[in-house]
Amino acid sequence: MDQRECLQEQVREAYQQSRPLQVQGAGTKSFYGRKTADAEPLLLREHQGIVDYEPSELFVTLRAGTSLQTLQEQLAEAGQMLPFEPPFFGAEATIGGTLACGFSGPRRPYAGSARDYVLGVHMLNGLGESLRFGGQVMKNVAGYDVSRLLVGSLGTLGVLLEVTLKVLPRPERELTLVHDTDMATAIVRMNQWAGQPLPLSASAWDGSHLYLRLSGTEKAVAAAQSKIGGAVLDENDGILFWKNLREHRHVFFQGTAALWRLAVAPATPPLALPGQTLIEWGGGQRWLRGQRDATALQALAAEHGGHATLFRGGDRSEEVFQPLPPALFALHQRLKNAFDPHGILNPGRLYAAL
Amino acid sequence: MAGSTDSEHAAFLSALRAILPDDGLLTQSEDLHPYECDGLSVLRELPLAVVLPRHRNEVQAVLKICQQYGVAVVPRGAGTGLSGGARPSAGAIVLSLARLKQIRALDTSNRTAQVQPGVRNLAISEAARPMGLYYAPDPSSQIACTIGGNVAENSGGVHCLKYGLTVHNVLALEVLDASGERLEIGSQAPDSPGYDLLALMMGSEGLLGIVTECTLRLLPVPENTLVLLAAFASVVAAADAVSAIIAAGIIPAGLEMMDQLAIEAAEDFVHAGYPRDAAAILLCELDGTEAELQERLRAVEKLLQRQGATSIRIAADAETRLLLWKGRKAAFPAVGRLAPDYYCMDGTIPRKRLAEVLEQIAIWSAEYGLRVANVFHAGDGNLHPLILYDANVEEQLHAAEALGQRILELCVAVGGSITGEHGVGVEKLDSMCVQFTPAELAQMHRIKAAFDPEGRLNPGKAVPSLHRCAELGAMHVHHGQLPFPGLERF
Repeated sequence: MDQRECLQEQVREAYQQSRPLQVQGAGTKSFYGRKTADAEPLLLREHQGIVDYEPSELFVTLRAGTSLQTLQEQLAEAGQMLPFEPPFFGAEATIGGTLACGFSGPRRPYAGSARDYVLGVHMLNGLGESLRFGGQVMKNVAGYDVSRLLVGSLGTLGVLLEVTLKVLPRPERELTLVHDTDMATAIVRMNQWAGQPLPLSASAWDGSHLYLRLSGTEKAVAAAQSKIGGAVLDENDGILFWKNLREHRHVFFQGTAALWRLAVAPATPPLALPGQTLIEWGGGQRWLRGQRDATALQALAAEHGGHATLFRGGDRSEEVFQPLPPALFALHQRLKNAFDPHGILNPGRLYAAL
Repeated sequence: MAGSTDSEHAAFLSALRAILPDDGLLTQSEDLHPYECDGLSVLRELPLAVVLPRHRNEVQAVLKICQQYGVAVVPRGAGTGLSGGARPSAGAIVLSLARLKQIRALDTSNRTAQVQPGVRNLAISEAARPMGLYYAPDPSSQIACTIGGNVAENSGGVHCLKYGLTVHNVLALEVLDASGERLEIGSQAPDSPGYDLLALMMGSEGLLGIVTECTLRLLPVPENTLVLLAAFASVVAAADAVSAIIAAGIIPAGLEMMDQLAIEAAEDFVHAGYPRDAAAILLCELDGTEAELQERLRAVEKLLQRQGATSIRIAADAETRLLLWKGRKAAFPAVGRLAPDYYCMDGTIPRKRLAEVLEQIAIWSAEYGLRVANVFHAGDGNLHPLILYDANVEEQLHAAEALGQRILELCVAVGGSITGEHGVGVEKLDSMCVQFTPAELAQMHRIKAAFDPEGRLNPGKAVPSLHRCAELGAMHVHHGQLPFPGLERF
């Protein structure tokens, strides 16, 4: 259902009255970002539907409130998929919320992230103006790349109304291999294999085992399997393993202890941290649990070319994302102001002063 | 330096002289001439001066002096751009990044390259090759173009359907803003905190900042590669074949189409063995392991035959493969031999609209009396019509530009874009008024102001002023909401 006009009206009014709005899809990712003061919700969930899908052109255009489930079913019917394999974190998850959070799943280091697959958007800025950037074509350098800028901005720059994504064929065959190994060896292997022309599509180390997924043609997967070796996971177990990992249903993620995400250069050796670590994305994404000293964790991540995020739980009234250097943060504020001069869109969700 | 006095002018130049090496500041007219244009040579202008700093600190010092004197800065890489993005502006300096050409580090374990902006695209892959790695985006100008320029234009190449554009292959940038403030954007780690400024920098044509270092993602070199050449009796059949390959779940490494005029020109030039009698040819590159490749090859061959290919040639050895690609990569200069001048367009369209777009181009070609050769990145919908003309014949340049503008409007009308990879520069400012509404353009100007409040980085490029669009009376068109594209507009 097309709700564009009433959504635009609501944003326009809020702009005129400088009244904050809380942009909301299905609410499955309300755990993410900072906790903010209650504000009038701007509900995107009814603004749904696939507007255009051309399998042979490799794109799909859909409204932001469309459920991820509906989208994936449609794509699967044509033998295609979202290459960035996004997590749902709830059955009702919408594409708009997924992109606003910038979430990608296990395939990310090998196929690219959510923003890599965005081709165009139709959005409302904080003035309630309806704007289109990008398009339905893969190459487009007319104007600034606002479409990708919106991904991961947590709705603080604009309201995503409609998006065009690049899609890809599903691989003919997938296979998961398991190696019994320690963390250091797992990291080395993930990176060595990623440097070879192998059809890798996911990797993880869960504390005792290295899991590697291969995707491609029957023969390519078989050739890679003989090179990499290891125990083969039963097909259904393999599917379930990556799904549970993606959805944070793996045993590591259970319980209410705070969940930290460290992003580092993938080949970074094991970090001296107490407690268990779960590793994904070829070594680039490392998960930790429990109360941590945020400043120390952030400094450690920065030392290895990355950053730390309080992903879930913990004290969310403080900053949850790594603070930016002053010049870069000032630029963020100017950019926010360029899109949302009255600061009405999800104020404080990304950073307290944004 | 509009309205400045002679003494201010002298003070500005001597401030630059003080921080640059002896040969790092050009002010004499004969030294400035090589910089008067980029690859779009019809647009020329002499800059106030050209500076050639050697490293980031010198770039930073230049920017600070320019800020102090209120002088605009036009960044320049190798000058191979095709839209006038590096064309100097009167009263502005040209900031050449050509001397920042060090490959600072190759990180085998993280598979990244840290390079300065003046490093040539091809030099990166050459340096990474011993490690079994390469840098994927390969624009046809890769032998000369620099990575800084690739970032400014978000360059693609013949392999971008499978391996992505510059935006998909850059992990981090060190950028200086207009005041010389250093910003680190992105990192070797996935998904940096805050806004995705890395994406915003890509293709921003030097309007948002000066790139002084890039961290690039390197990929493993594919085990094997082969190329198929298929001939077709019509462009429609060739386009349908492309759709059939993709619909079958195959994403080739490269997928290129050329029409008859382009085939003939390329064949005369490099003798690649292209079939001269074909209405269109497809070049399809497949890569992967040996076993996978044989499997794919058979599937693609069958699909091409089913789609009516009149002949299929397979190049499995490196020599033949390079020869087949050479014809394609030399298509622009080859077409250039057919007429004294040619004007290269760069629209993108949904592939399914290719036949009608080419048909309309053929009608206009006859109407304007100008021949048009078409080269098409078929996998990603990027169409390069090459309009042949003679600048010495009165009105032909004007006619070529008018025809080009109509072609771009048509691209927008069918749901595409006015530029796939060459950028807007100065050349396509008017077409921007067609693709974007005033509100969208105003948003872009506010983005620019967030980075560069004084508007001193590459002013007058990439995003037209609202005033210009209003004067032009250009009609904004959207796919679906378009007045009939064939209609005259006033």
